[in-house]
Amino acid sequence: MFKRTSAAVLAASLALAAAGCGDTGDDTSSGGGGSKTLTVFAAASLTETFTALGKTFESAHPGVKVRFNFGGSDSLAQGITQGAPADVFASASPATMKTVTDAGDADGTPQVFTRNRLVIAVPPKDTGKVAKLADLSRSGLKVVLCAPTVPCGAAAKKALAAANVTVKPASEESDVKAVLTKVGLDEADAGLVYRTDAKAAAGKVKAIEFPESAKAVNDYPIVEVKKAPQGALAKQFIQLVLGAQGRAALTGAGFEAP
Amino acid sequence: MSRSSRPPWFLLLPALAGLVFLVLPLAGLLARAPWSTLGTRLGQGQVLEALRLSLVSATLSTGVCLLLGVPLAWVLARASFPGLGLVRALVTVPLVLPPVVGGVALLLALGRRGLVGAWLDSAFGITLPFTTAAVVIAETFVAMPFLVISVEGALRAADLRYEEAAATLGAGRWTIFRRVTLPLVAPGVAAGAVLCWARALGEFGATITFAGNFPGRTQTMPLAVYLALQNDPQAAIVLSLVLLAVSVAVLAAMRDRWVRT
Repeated sequence: MFKRTSAAVLAASLALAAAGCGDTGDDTSSGGGGSKTLTVFAAASLTETFTALGKTFESAHPGVKVRFNFGGSDSLAQGITQGAPADVFASASPATMKTVTDAGDADGTPQVFTRNRLVIAVPPKDTGKVAKLADLSRSGLKVVLCAPTVPCGAAAKKALAAANVTVKPASEESDVKAVLTKVGLDEADAGLVYRTDAKAAAGKVKAIEFPESAKAVNDYPIVEVKKAPQGALAKQFIQLVLGAQGRAALTGAGFEAP
Repeated sequence: MSRSSRPPWFLLLPALAGLVFLVLPLAGLLARAPWSTLGTRLGQGQVLEALRLSLVSATLSTGVCLLLGVPLAWVLARASFPGLGLVRALVTVPLVLPPVVGGVALLLALGRRGLVGAWLDSAFGITLPFTTAAVVIAETFVAMPFLVISVEGALRAADLRYEEAAATLGAGRWTIFRRVTLPLVAPGVAAGAVLCWARALGEFGATITFAGNFPGRTQTMPLAVYLALQNDPQAAIVLSLVLLAVSVAVLAAMRDRWVRT
């Protein structure tokens, strides 16, 4: 009885997984017939902005589809060095970009196109327990940070060190969205997230700016991938991001000019 | 039933393909393992810490599963009441639910602002998320159906006449359950417990969602593997090897002793 059920469940989940994966790998190189697909690997924090810029790009280039793979910069960089078919890589930190340039997978020098800084995220029904960065060290306060190995965690570590504040986090989350979830559900009293993420989650969390965030500003570099199937389109997309339209979309989302 | 009959080709070929499919990823893991630096990497405190936490929490959660799951299986197999089918469906929900969703559900029920969690917090000052207890709860949530289904199957297959004979000889219900029913279904319970333990050991989604990730407190091996994979794939491979070795060793040992098929 059990064996049959579990086999069925396994088969079903495998089918789902296969269906899900099939979508991402295909049609990158479908160059013919005027329909081309540009594949952009971008840091998760760029999701809203780049999706909008992708629409702009598509309407300016008829017959071109822009497909995004948003994720943690580390895993995206790992993917590119393992040969994932990307045209453009936009990363949330120079360190993760370095993984790609060191592997010789970048075409040209990465250009910093925007910057992001941290804010303190608190639950919407904040009781005023947290007003400045130093408050995070108070005992009894549940603080969640990103793990030090991911960019937002590295930035948090830097900001806390610069401010000479010691925090004993309740959890070191795998990415910035997980921190937002924990704060948004009011399971944590505070977390350090990017200003843009807090802005995108407005209503679910409240953002508190703190001056020490200036010491841990993240640069976002962008580059064309060396084996880009759509090299010419990749260059044009990067120009769009670096240009006035890109700048406007980024600052509108809470990013800063480089 | 003869087990020695030669399998026909139309079963043998897909069976072989299936076996290769299951074994190939493990071969990849072994082929890419940094054998030369294995010793030094294993000595790192964080690996042992995560391994210890994984073993302890998986074992505790198997204990909880046994305490609650065996009676639940008995009810499903022996009792009859309206809505029994619904109860059985509910029990198997965690089996098909994505574990991350399970983790969110646990937060909404047992979190600081959750249905029951808010009361736990105000009445006893207990908050579960971000604690080792939360790890055990998350693992129990996803692992218990494995035990229940396995034990229920064993109970259904067991011959009721033994229990009836014991009853006519004057044994009480507790004595019958302890001295007749349990020994009868012991292999099913053992198999269920092993599956349950293995599932708990590998638990990732519900744990990282409900218990968070902090070394020594809630960072089990799967979580350590996932985080290591983001910036140090070699370390992730080493951690995976350890987890693989431990689970294979335990499953092999148990299989020989209790779960002989």
